[in-house]
Amino acid sequence: MKRYGTWIGWCAVLATLPTLAAAEISGKVTLKGTPPPERKVAFDALCGKLHTKDAFTRHYVVGPDSGLANVFVYLKEGPPGKTYPIPEKMPVLDQVHCFYEPYVMGVLVDQKFQIKNSDPLMHNVHATPKVEGNKEFNVGQPVQGMVTERSFSKPEVLVRFKCDVHPWMFAYVGVLPHHYFAVTDNEGKFKFPADLPAGKYTVVAYHLKAGEVTQDITVAEGDKKELAFTLEAK
Amino acid sequence: MELPPIRRWLTRYAWMTVGATFVLIWLGGLVTSKGAGMAVPDWPNTYGYNLFLFPISQWMGGIFYEHTHRLWAALVGLLTAGLAGWLWARETRGRDRWLGLGAMALAVGLLGVRAMPVYVGLAGLALPVMAWGLWRFAKQPAGLRWLGVVALAAVILQGVLGGLRVTWLKDELGVFHGLLAQSFLVLLTVTAVLSTAWWRRGLVQSDEVRALRLPFVVATVLIFGQLTLGATMRHRHAGLAVPDFPLAYGRLWPRLDEEAVRRYNQQRIEVVAAHPITATDVVLHMAHRLGACVVVGAVVWVWTRSRRRLAAGHPVRRLAAVWLGLIGVQFTLGAVTVWTNKAADIATAHVAVGALALLIGGVMCLVTWNGRWVRRVMGAGAAADRAGGAGPQKGISVGSIDRTATPSGCVIAMHDRGAAAV
Ligand SMILES: [Cu+2]
Repeated sequence: MKRYGTWIGWCAVLATLPTLAAAEISGKVTLKGTPPPERKVAFDALCGKLHTKDAFTRHYVVGPDSGLANVFVYLKEGPPGKTYPIPEKMPVLDQVHCFYEPYVMGVLVDQKFQIKNSDPLMHNVHATPKVEGNKEFNVGQPVQGMVTERSFSKPEVLVRFKCDVHPWMFAYVGVLPHHYFAVTDNEGKFKFPADLPAGKYTVVAYHLKAGEVTQDITVAEGDKKELAFTLEAK
Repeated sequence: MELPPIRRWLTRYAWMTVGATFVLIWLGGLVTSKGAGMAVPDWPNTYGYNLFLFPISQWMGGIFYEHTHRLWAALVGLLTAGLAGWLWARETRGRDRWLGLGAMALAVGLLGVRAMPVYVGLAGLALPVMAWGLWRFAKQPAGLRWLGVVALAAVILQGVLGGLRVTWLKDELGVFHGLLAQSFLVLLTVTAVLSTAWWRRGLVQSDEVRALRLPFVVATVLIFGQLTLGATMRHRHAGLAVPDFPLAYGRLWPRLDEEAVRRYNQQRIEVVAAHPITATDVVLHMAHRLGACVVVGAVVWVWTRSRRRLAAGHPVRRLAAVWLGLIGVQFTLGAVTVWTNKAADIATAHVAVGALALLIGGVMCLVTWNGRWVRRVMGAGAAADRAGGAGPQKGISVGSIDRTATPSGCVIAMHDRGAAAV
């Protein structure tokens, strides 16, 4: 029994070593200044039926303590030489009640993601990438529950998606060659995957309206860094 | 061969086609104003359905605008084919008639094949056919059949351009689609005007009218320039690049530096998926404003000149006044477009009134240039007839329409209604 215990102990130590060595980066993005007011969306008859309350644009989603949501935070360049297994679970860009959910998300280069129509009506999904090598496409999703799988082959921050049936519907997908990216939540908080090797990095916080700020950081093995970004609404 | 007199029904049919085309421009403008150009991702099908079988229950949101535009476009295509066929049939006999009608039927029939290479092939063919048709018409302006051929080729090209804009995902094609639409409207209107008894009696042709040709042409060209700027702005899909009027971002001339443009975008809360504003968008917008002032100036010039030269009640003088009024309406609509943050209906009315302004300009150019052009082309033809003794089978003897070169070089066209004075 005692020998077993020792073995288990050693295994536990070995298993946690890489986690201890890797750094973890998280933080918060706050918005300074008062953003212009959001505008009400004028639904058409079908989409209007799916809403009981007024809906607004979501350019500046500001939470408590001025936390700014929908900021795409990412490493300008990932650690050299590291490869990233494509996760089994595909990210989903959903169309719910005539809005894209989420508004901003990220995927890996060549990672397949799903675009889903959860509404009982027709949408078209029109992606308008700008970087050469990423293909523009426009597919119809006339039936509820329809899923289309797509991927992009070049890094691009951010690719715009829009629906031309409902012109207020648009969303953005960031495409990166590494998985150190996150989108801030309603409190403005974000967190990268906790397996970042020690090194020097540039962290970019990019918001579609408020612009971008960067921070150069050096992380050591096992660091836990909390970053604070401030964007300004001018 | 002898040209039979133009029947009133043909003229009415031509005007009906003009009307349908004007409605089509309105519908097409609405598609772009509503940002619905890509709401139906496939073409020539509609979400997999045949255009004519797409269920009405699905005509919702942006699909409604795009789909009605496509349906109405099909109608205008058919009307144009009918006009081209009618004009051809009444001006030709025997083999010529059947060859021409057969070629038209073939072109329309090929559209029914609904295959991309056929569409692209037909569109590629359309441009040389249009050039050829215009050349043939210029050689024989007494007949209208070649204008019909040009119109049919143009409408096919226009339809395919619209389809390719959807399937090739090319916003830029939308600019040409818009410009061709308005030019097509002018072409049809010119055809309709040339078919009227009013025109054939030559009532409006005089030295006084011809003296006005420079201001009319200058103003029309300027309007076309404005149209090009406007279409370019619309098809960049950047929304309203300058949100205030008459000032621009609170200044006479807006700042264009990077910092300023970033602030413009930060401050703008757009409801629709517009591209971010760039300095180019702002410059285009400002050029369109300046262009508007230049056009107003040019049309005021036309109006004052026509008041000085022509007697009160002269149709050309009246049209010049209507034109000026229309330009005033158009200017106001442009300002209201800005004040309403590019409300779709206002912006579309701006497109439609712009089309009307261009149309009047086109017709007025025809009227004022007609003398010189007819003298050169028809006079030369008539001279050839006389000298060559080509006989009634060749050349451009026009039977019941008598042409006589007057001392002033102007040509009187007469119907069987009798002679008209110049
Ligand atoms: Cu939609």
